[in-house]
Amino acid sequence: MTALSALFARDARISIRIGGGAIMGVLFFLTVVTLVPFAVGPDLALLRRIGPAILWIGALLSSLLALDRLFANDHEDGSLDLILMARPPLELVIVTKALAHWITTGLPLVVASPILGLFLNLEPNALAATGLTLLIGTPALTFIGVVGAALATALRRGGLLLPVLVLPLTVPVLIFGVAATNAAVVGGGRFDTPLTILCALTLMSGVIGPFAAAATLRYGME
Amino acid sequence: MALIDLANPTRFVALVERVLPWLAAATLFAFAFGLWGTYLAPDDYQQGATVKIMFIHVPNAWLSMFVWGMMSAAALGTLVWRHPLADVAAKCAAPLGAAFTFLALVTGSLWGRPMWGTYWVWDARLTSVLVLFIMYLALIALWRTVDDPARVGRAAAVLTLVGAVNLPIIKFSVDWWNTLHQPASVFRMGGSTIDRSMLIPLAFMALAFTLLFITLHLAAMRNEIMRRRVRTLMLTQAERAA
Amino acid sequence: MGAAYAKVCEIVAMKLSGHDLACIRGGRRVFSGVSFSVAAGDALVLTGPNGAGKSSLLRMIAGLIHPADGSIALEGGDPELSVGEQSHYVGHLDPLKPALTVTENLAFWARFLNGTSEVDDAAFIERGLEAVGLADLARLPAGYLSAGQRRRLSLARVLAVPRSIWLLDEPTTALDAASQERLRRVMQDHLSSGGLVVAATHGPLGLAEAQHLRLGIASTGRENSRIGGAGNALDTMQ
Repeated sequence: MTALSALFARDARISIRIGGGAIMGVLFFLTVVTLVPFAVGPDLALLRRIGPAILWIGALLSSLLALDRLFANDHEDGSLDLILMARPPLELVIVTKALAHWITTGLPLVVASPILGLFLNLEPNALAATGLTLLIGTPALTFIGVVGAALATALRRGGLLLPVLVLPLTVPVLIFGVAATNAAVVGGGRFDTPLTILCALTLMSGVIGPFAAAATLRYGME
Repeated sequence: MALIDLANPTRFVALVERVLPWLAAATLFAFAFGLWGTYLAPDDYQQGATVKIMFIHVPNAWLSMFVWGMMSAAALGTLVWRHPLADVAAKCAAPLGAAFTFLALVTGSLWGRPMWGTYWVWDARLTSVLVLFIMYLALIALWRTVDDPARVGRAAAVLTLVGAVNLPIIKFSVDWWNTLHQPASVFRMGGSTIDRSMLIPLAFMALAFTLLFITLHLAAMRNEIMRRRVRTLMLTQAERAA
Repeated sequence: MGAAYAKVCEIVAMKLSGHDLACIRGGRRVFSGVSFSVAAGDALVLTGPNGAGKSSLLRMIAGLIHPADGSIALEGGDPELSVGEQSHYVGHLDPLKPALTVTENLAFWARFLNGTSEVDDAAFIERGLEAVGLADLARLPAGYLSAGQRRRLSLARVLAVPRSIWLLDEPTTALDAASQERLRRVMQDHLSSGGLVVAATHGPLGLAEAQHLRLGIASTGRENSRIGGAGNALDTMQ
C-alpha cells in the first residue's frame, strides 16, 4: 500500500504544482458552456431546459482532454518501464493513477458545475442534481478514458485518437447522467432508477477500465 | 533618477520598496473617501439602496478593460522595444485584471438580480465581459505552462495584443446592440448624465480601485523579479555542482 | 559506501539464464539463438554495434518485451516474483519529474519500488543522495539538473532499493570520470554481495571479471558511394 499511496501522492503533487490539469479543465468547461448560448441563442427558457445536458457534455469533453497525458508523461521519461516492472499489480497502479487524476481534474469540474449552471439559468435543485450526477459519473468517465489513454500511449498517437476511441464508450454514462438530472428537476420518484444505473456504470468501469488498460500497456507497448 | 533606471530590475525593486508604503496609504485614503461618499449618496428612486453596488461594479468594469490595455502596452514593450521589465509587468497584471473582471461580473450579477429578476442574461455587454474573463484566465494559463520566462513572454505578448481587439467591442457594444444593460452614461459624447452627487463618489471609488491596482501590481512585479532571481540562482547552483 | 546500500541479497545460489532467445522489432529479426547464463556474483557485459539488440535483450530480461522465441529462467530467486520484479532497470532515459525536487524524486522511487515505510526516514534519502554526490542539490527542482546529474539520480535509485539483478543499459553515458569510477565501485560491491549485473556498454566498465556476450548484425558488405567536389570520394562500408 505504501507503494500505491506514494504513487498517488506523486501524481497529485505534480498535477497541483504544474497546475495544468484542474485549471485548464475548468477553463475549458467554462468556455464550452459559454459557447453554447452563442450558437443556440440567449433564450433563457431554452437554456434552462438543456442546461444539464450542456453541463454534462462540457464535463465529458474536459475530462477527456486532460486524459491523454495520463500515461504519456510517464512513458516519455521512462517511468512507465519501471511501473510495468514494479511489484504492485498494474491494475491497481492504474486505479491509483485514475483516482489521482479524477481528484485533481474531475472533482474541480464537479465543483465548478453549479457556478456554470447559474450562467444557464438553472434552478437550485437542477444545480444540485447536476452536481450530484457529475460527482458519481465523472469517475466513470475517467475509468473509461484510461483505456483510451493506454491505447494512445501504446500506439504513440495523440490528437483526436483518444476522444474518438473513448467517446462512444461513455455514451451510457451520459445518457443516465442527464436522465437522472432531468428526473430530479421534474420531480417524482423516477430519479432512483437512472441514478442507480449510473452508480453501477461507475463501479463496472472501475473494474473493466483498469483491466483493459493494463492489458494494453503490457502487450501493446512493443 | 532617470526613467531609464526603471529598466534596471535592481533599481526598480529599490524604487518600489520606497514608494509602496505611500501608495498603500493613498489607496486606503481614497477608499475611505469613496466609501464615505457612497454612504452619503442618495438612493435611486427606483432601485433603492441596491444602486450603490454601482460604486463597486463600475470601477471594477473600467479597470478590467484598463488592465488589458496596460498589458497590451507592456506587450508592445516586449515585442517591439524589448524592455526587460515589460514581460514582468504583463505577467503580474494578468491575475489582477482577472480579479477585477471577476468582481465586475459578480457585483453586476448581484446587482442584476433585483433589477432584472435573474443573475445572468446573455446580452452583449455581459457576454463580452465574460469572454474577456475567459481570455484573462487563458492568458494566465499560458504564463504558467512554460518555466522559462523569456520564451513564454513573447507568446503571451502576442496573445495579449490579439485579445485587445475585444476591448472596443465592449465599450461600444451597448450602442451597437439594443440590450438590457444600462446605457453608457459617463463617458458619452454629450457629457455625463449622472448627477454630481453620484459622480463624485464614483470618481473617488474609481481612483481608489486604480490606486489599489497600482499598489498590488508594483508589489507583484517586485515579487516576480525576486522569483526569477531565485530561479537563476538555483540554475547556477545546479550548473556549478555538475 | 556500497555496503550501506547494496544490502546482502538474501538468495545466494541465484542463476539467471536465457535459452535460444530471438527478438523481432518492427518486423526485423534483431537477433536469434542467443543464450547466456549468469550466476550470483557474476557480471555479463553485452557489446556490439548500435541496433544489434543490446537494449532489446535487456528489456527482454526485464519483462518489458516478450521474446519471439526461447525463454528466460531464474533459479534461486523469489519464486513468487517475476524476473523484472526482482531487478533494477536503468535504460537510456532517466525517470524523474522536472516539477518535483531531487529529494522528492528519489523518495518516490524508493517508496514505490520498496513498498515499505523504512524509506520515510528523511536521513535515509539524504544518505542516498550523498552517495552519488547530489546532496547539495537536494531541494532543487529536478528539471534544473544536467544530464550527468540525472544519471546519478537514477543510480541513487538503484542504490536505495535492494534488488538482486541489475540491468544497466549504457550506464556510463553522460557520466564524468569520477562518477564512472563511483559506478564501477558500486557495481563491484553489488557483485561481491551476491548480486547479478547484466550491462550493455560501448566502452569498458572496468569490472574485475565479467563474461562478454557480443551481439552483432551480420555484415552485408554494402558499398556506399559519395561523389565529392574533387570527384574521387568512394566510400565502402561493411
